[in-house]
Amino acid sequence: MKKLKSAKEIPIGGLIDEAGSSRKFKTGDWRSFRPIIDEKKCINCIQCVVYCPENCIKVKEDGKRGKIDLDYCKGCGICANICPVKCIKMEEEAKFVK
Amino acid sequence: MSKVKAITGAEAAAEAMRQINPDVCAAFPITPQTPVMQKFADFHADGLVDSELIRVESEHSAMSCCVGASAAGARVMTATSFAGLALMWEIVGVAAGLRLPIVMEIVNRALSAPINIHCDHSDSMGTRDLGWIQVYSENAQEAYENTLLAIRLAEKVLLPVMVCQDGFITSHGVENVKIFDDNKVKKFVGEHKYPYGLLNIKKPVTHGPLQLQDYYFETKSQQMPAMEEAKKRYIQVGNELSKITGNKYPYFEEYKLKDAKVAIVVLSSTAGTTKAVIDKMREKGRKVGLLKPRLFRPFMYKEIGNALKNIDSIAVLDRSESFGANAPLYGEIKNALYDVKYKGKLHSCIFGLGGRNIYESEIEGVFNELLTNKLKEKEYIGLRKCP
Repeated sequence: MKKLKSAKEIPIGGLIDEAGSSRKFKTGDWRSFRPIIDEKKCINCIQCVVYCPENCIKVKEDGKRGKIDLDYCKGCGICANICPVKCIKMEEEAKFVK
Repeated sequence: MSKVKAITGAEAAAEAMRQINPDVCAAFPITPQTPVMQKFADFHADGLVDSELIRVESEHSAMSCCVGASAAGARVMTATSFAGLALMWEIVGVAAGLRLPIVMEIVNRALSAPINIHCDHSDSMGTRDLGWIQVYSENAQEAYENTLLAIRLAEKVLLPVMVCQDGFITSHGVENVKIFDDNKVKKFVGEHKYPYGLLNIKKPVTHGPLQLQDYYFETKSQQMPAMEEAKKRYIQVGNELSKITGNKYPYFEEYKLKDAKVAIVVLSSTAGTTKAVIDKMREKGRKVGLLKPRLFRPFMYKEIGNALKNIDSIAVLDRSESFGANAPLYGEIKNALYDVKYKGKLHSCIFGLGGRNIYESEIEGVFNELLTNKLKEKEYIGLRKCP
């Protein structure tokens, strides 16, 4: 968990005094389901990369599918739905919370 | 050189705006505020100010425009009344929440319905919890000087300020107003140096982002210490202004209160009428006095409580109601007196809604009833009695 700041540690009026700070806003913590890929079944068709609405599945330099960026994945399940070989399973996020 | 001019309260506010020469002024006409902006527009047309005068299509837009300009780093002023203030309500809260030092002239007018153009304080009292500093002016002179004080106070604590005057009674009544030397006033007002201006590309900032359960509470909690800071700065800026005007700027005015047995607490122009009554009654040996709050937000509970604690009987006169609750000023005075364990009697009197006149005889009646212990706990002054 990120450490939240107190009233005295933040600028007044809710203003943000640095550029590009939205990168720090990890929206992935809304997720209630997490996509888990069966690497053995995956055929690297890249359909999940194309359909991900948050653009959080990258393509590696060798043209194969990369890891899912869980900082931004909201667990919508579109990747699991589009996968032609059904190698992505949506598992409850609660399982992974320590 | 200072000059005495025969002008209205509205024109006096506009004279202060001329001397302040704000960068941006966005407003929409509404009775009885119109002559403030009308006079300011004259100054603008005559080249006496170089403000960007923006004629918007509503008060919601007027305040939105002020918020944008102020966030950009401009010195910003506006004026409104009545439904205008009600229409911009949403953005009035935004201005305070974003900590933008906008100064707004409020010419008090009774809220609808029934529709009415005359004075009561229901418009500004409706916005008393939105986070603006509120200063109430007794007459045109005070409206002028309070405006000069307000712009400095706002910019020091980064909170917006409303400078209120009574609609028609003050705004349209001609009085002798001493307008102080332009150069001295301009020097006092100085330059606005806003640290978070959007136009400063060397230091990019974002105003008004979303804050949810994680940060909204922290950000809102910053407004309370800012109001505490405003109490200190009000006195400091007031002392500086005193050097030009020779007048004092206390949190509240005490008129023959020190040895008074009974007292009236009232805002704005009615305080002037009350002083005249006190002078007459004092000649007959009646120990009557007045406390007139100038600063309503922040409210000076401790100081006002101490000033009133030895008075036997007090009547708080409100020019607005809070339906189903204590009237705005009465409620605050009652709070202040709780803290000093007040043992005397406190009364709430509602008067002047919709601009109904209040006469010296009626105020004298309140004093006499306080002295003879006949005043009811809640009373309406000037309301026709049921048969």
